[in-house]
Amino acid sequence: MMSELPSTQLIEVTYLVASALFILSLKWMSSPATARRGVWAGEVGMLLAIAGTLLHHGIVDYKWLAAALVLGTIIGIPLGKVAMTAVPQRTALSHAFGALCVTLVGTAEFYLRAPAVPKFMMAVLGMEVILGSLTFTGSLMAAGKLQEVLPQRPITYKGQNIVNLMVLAIAVVVAVILVMHPEKIYLYPLIVILPLIFGVLMIIPIGGADMPTVISLLNSYAGLSAAAMGFVLDNKLLIIAGALDGASGFILSVNMSKAMNRSFSNVLFGAFGQEQASAAAGAEARPVKSASPEEAAGILAAANKVVIVPGYGMAVSQAQHKVRELYDALTKRGVDVRFGIHPVAGRMPGHMNVLLAEADIPYDKLMEMDDANGDFAQTDVALVIGANDVTNPAARTDASSPIYGMPILDVDKARTVMVIKRGMSAGFAGIDNPLYYDDKTLMLFGDAKGFVGSIVREISGGGH
Amino acid sequence: MKLDLITSLYVFMLAGFIGFEVIRRVSPLLHTPLMSLTNALDAIAVVGAIILAGEHKTTFATVLGTIAIVSATSNIVGGFLITDRMLKMFKASGPKKS
Repeated sequence: MMSELPSTQLIEVTYLVASALFILSLKWMSSPATARRGVWAGEVGMLLAIAGTLLHHGIVDYKWLAAALVLGTIIGIPLGKVAMTAVPQRTALSHAFGALCVTLVGTAEFYLRAPAVPKFMMAVLGMEVILGSLTFTGSLMAAGKLQEVLPQRPITYKGQNIVNLMVLAIAVVVAVILVMHPEKIYLYPLIVILPLIFGVLMIIPIGGADMPTVISLLNSYAGLSAAAMGFVLDNKLLIIAGALDGASGFILSVNMSKAMNRSFSNVLFGAFGQEQASAAAGAEARPVKSASPEEAAGILAAANKVVIVPGYGMAVSQAQHKVRELYDALTKRGVDVRFGIHPVAGRMPGHMNVLLAEADIPYDKLMEMDDANGDFAQTDVALVIGANDVTNPAARTDASSPIYGMPILDVDKARTVMVIKRGMSAGFAGIDNPLYYDDKTLMLFGDAKGFVGSIVREISGGGH
Repeated sequence: MKLDLITSLYVFMLAGFIGFEVIRRVSPLLHTPLMSLTNALDAIAVVGAIILAGEHKTTFATVLGTIAIVSATSNIVGGFLITDRMLKMFKASGPKKS
């Protein structure tokens, strides 16, 4: 084993280079100008590492390897070509695939080594398999909810968290027993099956608005399970890639939980969707002002500065291309149009940015929440398209509101606010939005795509 | 074996710190492609699956390893493809073509 075959050293060198390329790959993601170079670096690193691995002296049979690599590629290509609106569910699905790979390898390693599994190895193997299994079913559930093949409504019941944590706790206890007594091979299936069940239970109480946090968290779990697999196989490249992925998912989860004003422990224990307190009770018919597309077009065309605030509703109605037409029509008239993007707008981190970029809106017009909030006081019109809770001023002013303290886009500071919305129903969190009753707010009732289209026609038609 | 474990822990810790520092600097603009990219990189787990399936120690291990290769490879191919597709769409507002 210890005799250093030349191929072993060569493999280690390819892994070393691949590790460096992976780090560079993420570093280059810091700016859109260098990001594509980052993908390239990742691809080269990946090819190097795979090519190096194929030289491994222990490999006796290439038939199955080739077949598996080809089949994986055939499945991967359509997954790389999904529509931009389907990116959240695609991402969740790929977390599931990653976790499946890690769980299967961990399981095979256990049965190859058992009963003589060293304590430390069994501990990391247990972690690998527990995290991998729960990420697998959790991600499948998340993908199912996002794809709307599963009911999206969060399902909650009394004692849910206790039941869920019990399932996970038993799995951890079994893993500890296996560390002490690896000869109890018959216990092993439990540390796969229980986390598989936990993964399902964990996502049942999750609603759409929690998805950005959940996807980030699953991302982090997938990374950590891969890193654990690196410990089991004594593969540094895998440890590094897993640690990078784990860190990335962790940072995104923290960002998302901050943007929703949830404590991080709340996120860590998977206790999402808790605050379903139906505060919509006080929503008796209060007067709102509404406007027609013609009136909205007139106000927009007369403005100097417009900030558009997109939300998940824009994605649902596929309005991003119409929004682009509106952007063009207004820009042509000399109006300064920018976009204010809340971190949790949409169903995954950065979701809105991708949709707007797809519609060819230049990325330097997309503002993060803090920049946008610095701008609203000088903004003539804030146009809210399919966003609700992230613009709710109750988060700033009403200490009894369930979303009190959540950072929001201060659209109410703009001179005029226009909200495109289907009707007066409350947002995801079931919270009434005082913004709609504000004197300077105009409600534009209708489908986002249709309404923006009508505004564009008015502006372009009246422009000559 | 003991020494290797400590080395592995060092590697994990350092990679974790690098990850935090590097990813903190990624613009929120690119958080979706960031996630699909890290997902593709994470699928480097395929190397473990390749060795497992290639060594052919038991049929059970080979079958699991082969399925693992398929799922990881689909992540590599799909992940890089979609990341590049997304990044291609991000354009700065250059000179207007009318």
